[in-house]
Amino acid sequence: MSSFWSMGGYARYVWPCFGITGVVLLWNLWAARRSLNAARLKVARALAMAASEAQ
Amino acid sequence: MWTWFYKLASPPYVFGVAASFRPWLFGAAALAIGYGLIAGLGFAPPDYQQGDAFRIIYVHVPAAIMSVTVYTVMAAASAVALIWRIKVGHAVAAASAPIGASLTLLALVTGSLWGKPMWGTYWAWDPRLTSELILLFLYVGVMSLRSAFEDPAQGDRAAALLAVVGVVNVPIVHFSVVWWNSLHQGATIVTLEGPKMPGSMLWPLLSMWLGFMLFYGAVLCIRVQGEVLNRERQSAWVREAIKS
Amino acid sequence: MTVSAWQAFWLIVQREMRLSFRRPEQLLQPLVFFLIVTTLFPLGLSLQLSLLRDIAPGVLWVAALLSALLSLDFLFKSDADDGTLEQLALSGHGLTLIVAAKTLAHWLVTGLALVVVSPIVGTALGIPIEAFATMLLSLALGTLTLSWLGAIGAGLTIGLRRGNVLLSLIVLPLATPLLIFGAAATERAVSGTSVAGALYFLAALCVFTCTLAPFAAAAALRITME
Repeated sequence: MSSFWSMGGYARYVWPCFGITGVVLLWNLWAARRSLNAARLKVARALAMAASEAQ
Repeated sequence: MWTWFYKLASPPYVFGVAASFRPWLFGAAALAIGYGLIAGLGFAPPDYQQGDAFRIIYVHVPAAIMSVTVYTVMAAASAVALIWRIKVGHAVAAASAPIGASLTLLALVTGSLWGKPMWGTYWAWDPRLTSELILLFLYVGVMSLRSAFEDPAQGDRAAALLAVVGVVNVPIVHFSVVWWNSLHQGATIVTLEGPKMPGSMLWPLLSMWLGFMLFYGAVLCIRVQGEVLNRERQSAWVREAIKS
Repeated sequence: MTVSAWQAFWLIVQREMRLSFRRPEQLLQPLVFFLIVTTLFPLGLSLQLSLLRDIAPGVLWVAALLSALLSLDFLFKSDADDGTLEQLALSGHGLTLIVAAKTLAHWLVTGLALVVVSPIVGTALGIPIEAFATMLLSLALGTLTLSWLGAIGAGLTIGLRRGNVLLSLIVLPLATPLLIFGAAATERAVSGTSVAGALYFLAALCVFTCTLAPFAAAAALRITME
């Protein structure tokens, strides 16, 4: 089991690689959702303004 | 027969398709990446030359392949948008750019960390590494150009032209190891004699590649939804769409 | 009286050159920049001439690249500012032809000037005379290709705030193969090995760019001029 963690001595190269990969994938997920929510908000606001102007 | 293709030009259709495909793509990606990680980290035998350091292949190669694939998708979508004036193409291109840039950065970083134990250096100015770095600059250029215009439609078109012009770099990245004597390894998977890797090492890699591809698709769905909304703010269907 | 395409092409080239000579600072600034940048390296590194020779091709080419970027500023700008560009576009001769003529004229007064000055700079950096022929040829091909690439970048960035920075960001990644092969050709000439491969590649890059870039640059102008 400990040979798994030490990766034959290359642990300090292998594990950071997988760690950074996880970070990048999670960032992609988070940033995408954030941009979608921002777009939804912008549209809602624009529609609300148009509706209030129409009155 | 081509109706599905024509439908893809319609923003509300694309919005709906993206919303419904999302969870399936994520689920499939999770499975593929999960299997790849477990098999690749736990069950594939260590390489006789590189030992366990070779396992970096399971993140580096998929990231690198995707960095180039995403650029090609972005360039293709841009070309479609410019030639046939289909705005959805701009949405797909704009959505793909940040994903592709992050994957290019990932490929460069994991490659660098792999280079140290394998070649003794974190970086070398060899053709493949250099052209991959140029790819990152091209992504940044496309994103910067798009945001520099006050008129978003103009920004879309300018960025689309740049994306198409920059696609010249993609074959250079791919063939650099063939055309030049390079430090970076040559082709090991797609060769005339078949893959040069044993199955126990190859299958987790293919699974990771598939997983990254599915993940890109899933994240693209989320981003495309937002991009389409931004570009179609004036349309009636948007009112219904944001309630979901 | 209508003018044929060929005549229109040469008329525009002549016009561009005449206008450029009326504003000599536009021509001299990039040239002086080239001279200054190349002198910065020996001063900063304080190497002996024999050691300087090793980095000379690279220094020469980077300086040429940066100076070309500086000069791209006035390719379309003044015509875009006063509306001439739109008039030319409407003239019926096709934007591609106009862009091609303007870019050629631009190279004749900027890139070619660099090539002419390069022996002086080459000597200052320790490049031996035997390497001059290759240096001149590679710089000529390289600066020509750069003018074409730059036309695409300039077309995309006219009128943008901080357009200069964006122009560099766009053109430099596309110009790196040029830099690599141009410097390699000169370096091979300095060390005495065969330059044919690098020069052929440079020529191929030049032809590829010269044939496709005018269309891309014209398309860029159509996008940004609306």
